[in-house]
Amino acid sequence: MTYQNPAPEPSPDSLPFWQAANRGEFLIKQCEECDQAHWYPRPCCPFCASAKTVWRQASGRGKIYSYSYLRRMAEPYVIAYVTLEEGPTMMTNIVDCDPEALSIGQPVTLVFKPSQDGEQAVPLFRPLEP
Amino acid sequence: MPHSALAYIAGAYEHPLRNAPDTSVAQLHAEVAFGALADAGLSKDDVDGFFCGPDAPGTGPLSLADYMNLKLRHVDTTNTSGSSYLIHVAHAAQAIAAGKCNVALITLAGRPRQQGKSKGALKRADDPNQPDFQWESPFGIQILGVYGMVAQRHRNLYGTTAEQMAWVKVAASHHAQHNPHAMLRDVVTVEDVVNSPLVADPLHRLDCCVVTDGGGALIVTRPEIAKSLKRPLVKVIGCGEAPVGQNGGYMEITDTGAQRSGATAFAQAGVKPADIGYVSLYDSFTITAMLQIEDLGFCPKGEVGRFVMDGNLISGVGRLPFNTDGGGLCNNHPVNRGGMTKAIEAVRQIRGEAHPAVQVPDCRLALANAIGGQLGVRHASSTIILERE
Repeated sequence: MTYQNPAPEPSPDSLPFWQAANRGEFLIKQCEECDQAHWYPRPCCPFCASAKTVWRQASGRGKIYSYSYLRRMAEPYVIAYVTLEEGPTMMTNIVDCDPEALSIGQPVTLVFKPSQDGEQAVPLFRPLEP
Repeated sequence: MPHSALAYIAGAYEHPLRNAPDTSVAQLHAEVAFGALADAGLSKDDVDGFFCGPDAPGTGPLSLADYMNLKLRHVDTTNTSGSSYLIHVAHAAQAIAAGKCNVALITLAGRPRQQGKSKGALKRADDPNQPDFQWESPFGIQILGVYGMVAQRHRNLYGTTAEQMAWVKVAASHHAQHNPHAMLRDVVTVEDVVNSPLVADPLHRLDCCVVTDGGGALIVTRPEIAKSLKRPLVKVIGCGEAPVGQNGGYMEITDTGAQRSGATAFAQAGVKPADIGYVSLYDSFTITAMLQIEDLGFCPKGEVGRFVMDGNLISGVGRLPFNTDGGGLCNNHPVNRGGMTKAIEAVRQIRGEAHPAVQVPDCRLALANAIGGQLGVRHASSTIILERE
């Protein structure tokens, strides 16, 4: 039995992200005023407060910022922060891996997996093949 | 030179229960409130300001104020989770200085163990309107995992070891053996901690605090009233509060708000870390207390692993006696909100009323710090500095 991600509850301002995820696209928000990418996605830039934030396709590549292996859970899993190539760091899970062989700074790549109810693709990461 | 008083803590009371199957939440609040008033030598009718957090059942302060039949002219329900109660001390001092109240009552109480929440693996409250919720709940966020990530990153950046983290629990257990009310009174060794099961790498089971029923209360009052009472004078001379978020995805999760709340409190008090005789530190996990030691300035950033070794936090042994009641790791952590008990033990130390085996001799200055919310996600640090007069 492997960990099944609970489905998110999208809000009006996040719907494009979750719809794109179901098409296999990984979007992040970037500000057209100050050029900074941020996480989690917001309509107003958390750095300059501009409303001119736009969705852009992210590479899906990143590095493990930190992680913890929750090994006493009924379905053990690895929770992690991954720093995206585009700059910001996001919460996620590391999957398809040996949880005891992970390390901070390790390169990872995006993999979408279905949520518990099968309705929503959820952005997770797996170690990049050596 | 005496430091200027913001206000005085005239009463403090910690509920003796750690399991409260037969006591309602409102009753626990009332018992700690009246316990703190009795400790101060004041009566219920002296209270004109009431401060509480969301552990108070009902709408803000209304149900409890009615239950205790308080006649109030000032209320404050600031909620930064476990650090709320030290912020309440600061806000009470400000309200008293502004003439908004004379006798401020602060309460915390609850019975999580009776409501099936006796483990650390608590799920977060399910509020889909919380803007971060959909970006965290799908990944199984819970307290153990995020503190695990904080500890993992500190190990990676600074080489902090499991044995060094264990020393924090060892010190707490040395103190708890003298506290008859403590949840866990057995002295443990570094080996006991690192040989306990890993729960969220690199945290072992004994790196985690207890979850308890019960609570505590404080009475904050103006100088004239405090000086008219028959208790040792505990002066609040500095306060600071600092909420910390994820900065749009550019954060350093091993940095805590204690950097800012501590600096603010030290500046206001006009004292420095080396002057402090006793510290109460929020010890939800061993790593939580360690980051506060660094960020309050008791040792340079990254060096806390070496700092806590060899009993350096044990009263009578080391340089920085901490949590002499046994802390959240061993004594008490009512409703997962540890700020209240941190203030109470600091008051005992300033009064010279801690257990004789752990009392810091001639303790003139004490600091209490709390971290509320979740380190590594969103939290607020609050600091108070107390002086004996």
